[in-house]
Amino acid sequence: MNSTAFVIIAILTLAAAIAAASLSKLIHAALSLAVAFVGIAAFYFLLGAEFVGLVQVFVYVGAVAVLIVFTILLTRRDAIAPERFNWPGVIVALAVFAGLIWAIYKTPVLSTSAGPIEPLTVKRVGQVLMLDYVWPLQCVGLLLTAALIGAVILVMEESDEER
Amino acid sequence: MTDVIDQIFVRAKQHLFSPLAGAPDWLMQMVSALINIAAVLAVFLALFALISVLERKILGRIQNRYGPNRVGPFGLFQPVADGIKMLIKEDIVPARADKIVHFLAPIIIAATAILTLGVIPYGRNMTPFAIDGGILFFFAIGSTTELAVFMAGWGSNNKFSMLGAMRAIAQMISYELPLIITVLPVVMVVGSLSPDAIVAAQDGYLFGIVPHWFVLTPWGATAFILFFVSGLVESNRTPFDVPEGESEIVAGHMTEYSGFKYATFFMAEYFGMFAINGLAVTLFLGGWHAPVAALQFIPSYVWFFAKLGALLLVYIWVRGTLPRTRVDQIMNFAWKFMLPMAFTCILSAAGWHYGGRGVAGWLWSLAVIAVVYLVLSRLLDTRKRFAPRTYRFAE
Repeated sequence: MNSTAFVIIAILTLAAAIAAASLSKLIHAALSLAVAFVGIAAFYFLLGAEFVGLVQVFVYVGAVAVLIVFTILLTRRDAIAPERFNWPGVIVALAVFAGLIWAIYKTPVLSTSAGPIEPLTVKRVGQVLMLDYVWPLQCVGLLLTAALIGAVILVMEESDEER
Repeated sequence: MTDVIDQIFVRAKQHLFSPLAGAPDWLMQMVSALINIAAVLAVFLALFALISVLERKILGRIQNRYGPNRVGPFGLFQPVADGIKMLIKEDIVPARADKIVHFLAPIIIAATAILTLGVIPYGRNMTPFAIDGGILFFFAIGSTTELAVFMAGWGSNNKFSMLGAMRAIAQMISYELPLIITVLPVVMVVGSLSPDAIVAAQDGYLFGIVPHWFVLTPWGATAFILFFVSGLVESNRTPFDVPEGESEIVAGHMTEYSGFKYATFFMAEYFGMFAINGLAVTLFLGGWHAPVAALQFIPSYVWFFAKLGALLLVYIWVRGTLPRTRVDQIMNFAWKFMLPMAFTCILSAAGWHYGGRGVAGWLWSLAVIAVVYLVLSRLLDTRKRFAPRTYRFAE
């Protein structure tokens, strides 16, 4: 049952990912990417990581995909240049893929079986975030605040020039 | 006896199940899910038909006219006539439209709206899909609606559609923040993301007449109002219906849709409205619990749908009463008032919790809300103070 589901989800996710990389219309590629994100969320559900799967849909489909789509909208719609095969790109992609495969096979975690999955409790998530990982959390918060202030400053400068 | 009536639907499902007694586990799960889906679809399609005709009747009363009254008694069969009309209409797709995206948009919108209905507890033991992270599921699925609206706007290849989609996405993203943050105090106080646990936490009565609903605490009342207004925006209803403002941009992202695809959009909008109000009932109005201990003999699902119906009637009333707001007013309201107040709700809920959840906590909570509200209203007071008008040429 699980392996059948895995194969179906894998085929769908990979097809969406290939479509995202190869479709000529940018919007189609972005929407295919959203489908691939949903596929990855489905993997998380299959592994019993309900919380991560839901957050994956929430953040990537609800926010990142919308952001990508907006970015495409705001860029100019030039005529698409005739595509040449991008050999350096292929080499870089293959190198990254090989590196990832090597790293995954070297990881000892794969050989151990997963522990029992705890039911999702907000208390547990809160405890882990606020006790164990409080410094990374604060760093991320600082980074995001800086990004937010940066975005506001960019917008403010633009309106000053207009005046 | 009351218990039998209360659990009648649960037992009906078990009865449907009995021929499957020896079947493998996966078949049982699949049949169970299908029964739940069929039940949710049937109930909400019926509610959609009822509410659409009720809305037209009530709007008619508000605007001093009759409303639909030709088809069937009191015009009650109007939705059937509308449905047949929509079904036999020609489906027009613009020649320059992006065919696939144009076709997929209404399907995705309807699918997300129906999915969000699946996690709401409609009665005792009557949650179609009891997920531990139900609240998170609701918002995760709900946030994909924006993408579908964009697909509708972009796929139509029409300026009105695109403008409508841009407006819709802008206001949906802005109001999703207060919508989600007003849910946080409830999740904090209950300590669970499961809708069933949230409903269970609102059980019990003070002196048998005052229910333990979160809307009766200061933070709960504030959060409920904020949630309600944000829900109004998320479902693109009248005071905030700039995305489809008929007098400006035809029908927004639905301009290029006709026939049954338009009907699908219409249905999805209503389903989204049911879902968001169903969640409001679950989070703040005690879910399926009766308002008074003495009225507990009335079945739980009746209470849920009574509360849902009351909220929907307020939606219709608001639509008949308020004019459309401007885009900049909507945005200012979201970021300058709704968001700070939503954060205040979290603080206020903390005051309620650490004040012992009793009278002291109630007063602490009220104090936090009152102080922030007064400061905010003073800060946001944009009334320009003009000097007294002087007349230079005419005395």
